[in-house]
Amino acid sequence: MATAIAALQRVRSSSLIDLIGLVLLTSLLLWVVVKFFEDPTRFLNVAVIGLTTGAIYGLVALGYTLVYGILQLINFAHGDVFALSGLVASTIILSVLGLDEDTSAIIVVLGLLATLAVTMPLFAVVNAGIERVAYKPLRHAPRLAALITAVGMSFIVQNVALALYGVDFESVPNFIPRTAAIDIGGVVIQWNKLAVFMIVIPVLLAMTWFVRSTRQGKGMRAVAQDTEAAAMMGINVNRTISVTFFLAGSLAAVAGLVYLLQFNVRYDTGFELGLIAFTAAVLGGIGNLTGAVLGGLCIGLVQAFNEGLDGTPGGDWTRSLVFGILIAVLVFRPEGILGERTPEGA
Amino acid sequence: MSEALQGFASRVRTERGWWVAGGVVVGALIYPFIVETLQVLPLIGDFVPRTGSMVVMLVFTMMALGLNVVVGYAGLLDLGYVAFYAAGAYTAGWFASLQFEQVTFHFGSTVSNDLPGIHISMWFVLAAAGIFTTIVGIIIGLPTLRLRGDYLAIVTLGFGEIVPQFVRNADESGLGFDLTNGTYGITPIDSLGFGSFVLRDQQNKDDLYYWTAIGLILFTVFCCIRLRDSRLGRAWIAIREDETAAAAMGIPLMRTKTWSYAIGAFFGGIAGAFYSSFRAGAFPADFFFNVSIFILCMVILGGIGSIWGVLAGGMILGYLNIEGLSTIGAKVQDAGLDFDPTKYNFGIYGFIIVAMMLFRPTGLIPERRHKIELAEGVRDSPFYDVQTEGTLTDRDPSDN
Repeated sequence: MATAIAALQRVRSSSLIDLIGLVLLTSLLLWVVVKFFEDPTRFLNVAVIGLTTGAIYGLVALGYTLVYGILQLINFAHGDVFALSGLVASTIILSVLGLDEDTSAIIVVLGLLATLAVTMPLFAVVNAGIERVAYKPLRHAPRLAALITAVGMSFIVQNVALALYGVDFESVPNFIPRTAAIDIGGVVIQWNKLAVFMIVIPVLLAMTWFVRSTRQGKGMRAVAQDTEAAAMMGINVNRTISVTFFLAGSLAAVAGLVYLLQFNVRYDTGFELGLIAFTAAVLGGIGNLTGAVLGGLCIGLVQAFNEGLDGTPGGDWTRSLVFGILIAVLVFRPEGILGERTPEGA
Repeated sequence: MSEALQGFASRVRTERGWWVAGGVVVGALIYPFIVETLQVLPLIGDFVPRTGSMVVMLVFTMMALGLNVVVGYAGLLDLGYVAFYAAGAYTAGWFASLQFEQVTFHFGSTVSNDLPGIHISMWFVLAAAGIFTTIVGIIIGLPTLRLRGDYLAIVTLGFGEIVPQFVRNADESGLGFDLTNGTYGITPIDSLGFGSFVLRDQQNKDDLYYWTAIGLILFTVFCCIRLRDSRLGRAWIAIREDETAAAAMGIPLMRTKTWSYAIGAFFGGIAGAFYSSFRAGAFPADFFFNVSIFILCMVILGGIGSIWGVLAGGMILGYLNIEGLSTIGAKVQDAGLDFDPTKYNFGIYGFIIVAMMLFRPTGLIPERRHKIELAEGVRDSPFYDVQTEGTLTDRDPSDN
């Protein structure tokens, strides 16, 4: 009875804010539907671009959400690890493997796999190393201390990238053709966009399998839920945290490669993209893995619609729009799309 | 007996503290007269900053003191302080430059009376910038301060990104009305001065701006000390140490946090307006995320919550940023090493942040109470969610 009354009270007290949020969301969805019927082909083409970018955001967002789930720490350095991995991947592709536009498809596929085989373990170790050096000693300090340290680490990693690669953009030649792979009535999916999904989807499946089914994955979820109880059940908390950073680092390496196939990478790419990816993680519900990917896709779509459709603020305002969304989410629904309302949450 | 001794000892200590503070103030005031003598000293002479550089160092130190109110006193991590800096600078741009050519309004200005645009005396503009920025702080704070800890950090970071992008885009093409003159920024911004006595036109303008900056710093330090010991300041520290207990003791969380945010913003605004007058312009390229981190780094290096620490930290980092790193770089390159520390300045600040957090989290000059907190730990995680329940005092009686 008492809980029912409490629940009622909660509904009443938050209904106004929820209502405003609902109105905003409905008008946004209406706008999207209207835009779709104005010019479906263009809308879908823009949506493809958005989903491709969004898939990358989702990958990076997973790294944030994994770490936040376990340590309740926003690992600011994650975005910079991602950018550094992209830079290293460019070196491997250009200097070591020497792929270019004339390379045959099989070699390209093998080359990309080889690149991943190097960068994934490398940045898994780098990420876990960052945790070991900077975050582990602060595990019992106020949360603010760890957060500030994460900001500092972000700058350190960024400057390592600056020292190694300078201020120029790195890019790879179009060895994946930009010709249409799929063309349905004017809606085109190019090969290089398809390649993104061909890399991202298996990685996501593998990660889901790891977290859901393996012993270590179960341990991760247990630690995320209750560290002390997990430790009492015999789970090695330190190792689990390291494994989480391993996983996040290797996901960042995949994202770095995929991003490199689409765009240019520079030492400070990771900072802005990291913020966007973090927004995606919050949008989806921080700590929730499916939510991170979903949030990434949403942000990707928002960005693409803003830059590709008429009647929007346009590319100059993308960042403001994304952070506006972040603030709106935190005000109206701090638990995100898929998250649960917890006492700690926001 | 021992109590009397301790009382005597503490009185001596405070008196010595006042002597030290007085000495520093006097030294600071005569700095422009002795700087040339200091610069010819052997060994250290090259490292002595020019008076003009000192002005910039003082401006950033003032911002660090403002941020210290938010981060140090109330324990709210603000990663978007640059937004207040920008707000202050652009207030100066709006009220003391040629920006709004549509109108001609003069009030105690130092420029000729037939120039178009709004020209209000910079002294009033400094105050107006403080007030405007306070309002901005409250507007940003109200929706976000309900959030806890790291969420607050990320939202302030969001605002810190939105505000610079806004000033960069808010021109004819982006907004339909030229509010900020886009990427070119607003320039020239009027000088400080009284009637025909214009600081910028004087021979020793750097010295004059320097003494004004010293005045502003003294004002800020005075406010910080009085605030820290006030009822409000003690409420901030209570919230920092244990939010739940503070709420249980009857501190209205939202109102108290919003005040810390607003007051922190106030100093940032004044510093921003002063700096834009010194540089004669407000340029959007100055307002990027790294500045927020730079100022935060000053607070951390000096000692979170410690006024004297933040003063020291601000001056040290300000010096490194404006002159020190390039001087050191020149020395290093003279010695034959190809290394340019100015290129990696933010890497160096990042390193300082991490190193301080790991090895001396209380900063160079720790605040006593904060030291105890770090040693004994604080209750970071609440028993129940204060946000959804409201504070005990703010709760509407009809709810029960």
